[in-house]
Amino acid sequence: MTQELDALYQEIILDHYKNPHHKGLREPFEAEVHHVNPTCGDEVTLRVHVAGGKVEDVSYDAVGCSISQASASVLTDLVIGKPVEKAMSIHEEFLTLMQGKGTVVPDEDVLEDGIAFAGVAKFPARVKCALLSWMAWKDATARSLEETSHA
Amino acid sequence: MTTTQLPGLLPELEVIRADFPILERTLAGGLPLVYLDSANTSQKPQVVIDTMVDHLERHNANVARAMHTLGAESTEAFEAARDKVAAFLHARSRNEVVFTKNATEALNLLARTIELGPGDNVVITEMEHHSNIVSWQLACERSGAELRWFGLTDDGRLDLSNADALIDEHTKVVAFTWVSNMLGTINPVSDLVARARAFGAYSVIDASQAAPQLPVDVAATGCDFLVFTGHKTVGPTGIGVLWGREELLNQLPPFHGGGEMIETVTMARSTYASAPHRFEAGTPPIVEAVGLGAAVDYLSHIGMDAIHRHEQTITAYALEGLATVPGLTVLGPPDAAERGGAISFEIDGVHPHDVAQVLDSRGVAVRAGHHCAKPAHARFGVQSSTRMSSYLYTTPAEIDALVDGLEYTRSYFRLG
Repeated sequence: MTQELDALYQEIILDHYKNPHHKGLREPFEAEVHHVNPTCGDEVTLRVHVAGGKVEDVSYDAVGCSISQASASVLTDLVIGKPVEKAMSIHEEFLTLMQGKGTVVPDEDVLEDGIAFAGVAKFPARVKCALLSWMAWKDATARSLEETSHA
Repeated sequence: MTTTQLPGLLPELEVIRADFPILERTLAGGLPLVYLDSANTSQKPQVVIDTMVDHLERHNANVARAMHTLGAESTEAFEAARDKVAAFLHARSRNEVVFTKNATEALNLLARTIELGPGDNVVITEMEHHSNIVSWQLACERSGAELRWFGLTDDGRLDLSNADALIDEHTKVVAFTWVSNMLGTINPVSDLVARARAFGAYSVIDASQAAPQLPVDVAATGCDFLVFTGHKTVGPTGIGVLWGREELLNQLPPFHGGGEMIETVTMARSTYASAPHRFEAGTPPIVEAVGLGAAVDYLSHIGMDAIHRHEQTITAYALEGLATVPGLTVLGPPDAAERGGAISFEIDGVHPHDVAQVLDSRGVAVRAGHHCAKPAHARFGVQSSTRMSSYLYTTPAEIDALVDGLEYTRSYFRLG
């Protein structure tokens, strides 16, 4: 039983939970979104700053479980500084991992610390926790791009 | 003294536990199930399961429409369930018992059929389940009535200090829970009913958490309407109850239109049956009602007073145990005598989801989240909580397993 639990709560996840990266809401940003997980009440407010086709910054304020908090932290590590297109493909890859019911072998070169979430995919009730900030990011980025294209 | 001898526990607790086959289940790793989520849904005794299977195997037919032997048997079983529920609630008449899908539907039925208009107000409380909030929000939005609510004190009781300002001559409905599903608080229902009555407002009691664990006597409460759900009272899902004073039910307009709720139908217009059938359009949940009948008989046989005493004993024991866990804060009244068998709590440094996950890995089932009571959580500045809820089959040893599990959770998340 501890083994199964350890597969869920990887060291990396607990580290990100205790010391989240890039946390806090910052300026500038083109879009801010607020996403909630209605079944459990986890919430994230997330801002995206995109410039010149690059994800310049992702800042956030979130309340929730260790999985959702660590996932937001890993997300920011993975997408900040990347071209939007590349960041979107990382998003796709993370989504595939989480929806794979534990059958997808993650690519560490792409997902880095995100591979720690492979175990979460075996816990259907927790997949939504891991995806909360990622879905918020995709939403905010789409809005940022819209914002910039109108400007 | 061993804990199994705690005064107040149900005598023959082991015999009662043997009535619930699921309690013998083991989980991954051969762990015994410790089910502490009964406020979410209760487990079902063999007699409920057998009654439902027997009905489906031997008596299945539609009710009140089929002129054959099975139809008569099915109708008899369905209407007998109504009698059993009426007895369980100490209702004056079987006509006061309306079967619904669940308590939520019963509340929505009232919120849809009680006439409201601009200038009227509806008074609820901050500790309601979402079903007793949103249904009235919708009713107020539709009608232009104003929604008001009682706040809560810091120890999780209703704040009645502004009751005289809240309930006034424009109040049409006062709707409140008897026992909070999150805080465990037992509310002063007779007092609230009297305040509603003083202004001619309808009183509506949500007894979803009360009916499983307290003796319910609708006449003694003095209320106008009371709802509860089957699946929390050891019955099946898909069946709930609206109890209402017969004369009031017959004044309300129909809720759903369809078969069984009519007297006569022409293409131009229809006239409607009296309660309870007025509110039971379409084929009802027959086997579920039959199962609920067996469930309330089972509870009455054990005795609601004895069940209440058991719940209070377990709750007091649990409050004591939880108090030994460092960093744990219980939400709601500190005194077991003022509580139902649901205890929500927080642990510093560990999110409720993570608490529930670690407990689950040890076979202990609790609920984590907002328990469909977001406003009550917001009142105490918390986003979510972990909730343990006991029932008539809960043992002190299961509470010990919870407390051990919480200690383990703290060490797992390295909180010392």
